[in-house]
Amino acid sequence: MPLQTAAPVLEDVAGADQEFLYTLNFGPQHPATHTTLRLILTLDGETIVKAVPDIGYLHSGFEKLGEDLDFNQYVTIVDRMNYISPVANEIAWHHTVEKLIGIEITPRCKYLRTILAELARISDHLLCVGAAALDLGALTGFLYAFNAREKIYNVIESTAGQRFHPSYTRVGGLMADISDDVVALVRDFVKTFPKVHADICRLLNRNRIFIDRTKGIGVLSKEDAINTSCSGPVARASGVVRDLRKDEPYLAYKELAGAFKVVCGKGGDCYNRYLVRMGEMLESWKIIAAAVENLPTGPVNVELNDKLTIPDKNATYRSIEGLIQHFELFMWNRRWETPVEEVYGAHETANGELGFYVVADGGGKAFRARTRPPSFIHFAVFPMMIEGHQISDVPAVLGSLNIIAAELDR
Amino acid sequence: MPYLDTLNAKFAGAFATSAFRDNQRVVLSAEKAFTVLFPLLKCLKEECGFDFLAELGGIDYLHYPHATDRFCVVYGLTNTTTGERVWVKAFANDPDPELPSVVALWKGADWMEREVYDMYGVRFPGHPDPRRILMPSEYTGHPLRKDYPLRGYGERHNFPTVTRADS
Repeated sequence: MPLQTAAPVLEDVAGADQEFLYTLNFGPQHPATHTTLRLILTLDGETIVKAVPDIGYLHSGFEKLGEDLDFNQYVTIVDRMNYISPVANEIAWHHTVEKLIGIEITPRCKYLRTILAELARISDHLLCVGAAALDLGALTGFLYAFNAREKIYNVIESTAGQRFHPSYTRVGGLMADISDDVVALVRDFVKTFPKVHADICRLLNRNRIFIDRTKGIGVLSKEDAINTSCSGPVARASGVVRDLRKDEPYLAYKELAGAFKVVCGKGGDCYNRYLVRMGEMLESWKIIAAAVENLPTGPVNVELNDKLTIPDKNATYRSIEGLIQHFELFMWNRRWETPVEEVYGAHETANGELGFYVVADGGGKAFRARTRPPSFIHFAVFPMMIEGHQISDVPAVLGSLNIIAAELDR
Repeated sequence: MPYLDTLNAKFAGAFATSAFRDNQRVVLSAEKAFTVLFPLLKCLKEECGFDFLAELGGIDYLHYPHATDRFCVVYGLTNTTTGERVWVKAFANDPDPELPSVVALWKGADWMEREVYDMYGVRFPGHPDPRRILMPSEYTGHPLRKDYPLRGYGERHNFPTVTRADS
């Protein structure tokens, strides 16, 4: 097959023989793109005639690494895919591995993972909304959002010891149980978050400039959203009522199903995507509030005799079973027992359906660790949304899609 | 599974089925895949209500236990009204792995097929824009193939250098 260059071939563009069409490289290092992504825009004056997204600047080989690291080690890689809400990625990855091996995690672990996943969603949406506001000129909204994110980071720091890339989950459980301080921090967050949410709403919802720059911009119809595989807030803003937390309940969402509802929009434009994200944050807040008050007691890891989880330090140093299991899991000439099978596990993360397709060959490493990243699929829709709009609408549409470059390139 | 009756009536003998955990699969072997895949997916989309292509990814089964065909492209379809999922696995073999493009059915397959081509070298005749997506266009290898050496074939050293003077 003849390989072509990444730049749009001008003969393909309608009216390309007209000399006034101008090509503009937007990014890869542009303040409004936030991350390393490049757009090749063909312009007629300020109107975008054709947009070609060009990706691959951060190609980090995550999927190849997944074939080389074992199921526990790979967690340090998956959380770098979406560094805005890393805990959600870790939970999705280990959920898939546990589904492959066939273990049921403990009730306490389910609730803790649910709380963390919802905190990650709020954190992701806050950054998305805040950065979108910043791109359109509202610095204050960004500062409100970051201040609230700081509280979420504090929770994650107290649970996992790290603020940004916690690597907190393990096969069959979590790195460690939480302390009472964490519950207090989560309760504090639950108490203070509604005010932040109301502040951002008051700042943006009826803001003349914000509405003018987002309403009717980047419209995606319901049919297009389904046809282009969109998921998450992008699809829901177009009216697709689909949320994996309700449709295929995992973790503790079945028990907490009464605590939240699915937020949907109709217009499918940037303003609707913003509203859906704001609405989802409140629903997540309700889930966290319900989960933290009903937190079950008991162990966070599955039993030692399942031979799958890393035993805690006490069991490793004080019991022979724990010591042997620790060796079995960490020595290179030992093998995990996994079925020679493949499985797909999907989670509703902040951006949409994050799926892992894991093929196992019987050992402790994935034979193939395919990621189905939401941002990658949403970025493919970008030309459809932006063509016909103006250059100044690019940051609005990019911000409303919440493109994460590390998730694009993997 | 009602969709299986529809498929059996139309494509009897062309596919096998398997299941693991909640993954229900329709498997097309390399001999049948190129001809059957497109009409089968079209039937699933238009007659069985699987309107959403949730996932499309490649797998290289080289040296995998009991594997007979080498490349596989996995199509994850979802019914957005019932939430039901079905997986279609279509195999392709060396030396010229090929599967029909499904961009005509789902626009969302566009980038995902480009990625499978880029990473595995499986070609999709009928794709509107068959370019590499992650690797540079002058790259020759397919990095996720199992026989691709970890250090590459020396592509990194052969990239054209652009100097400030002649840019």
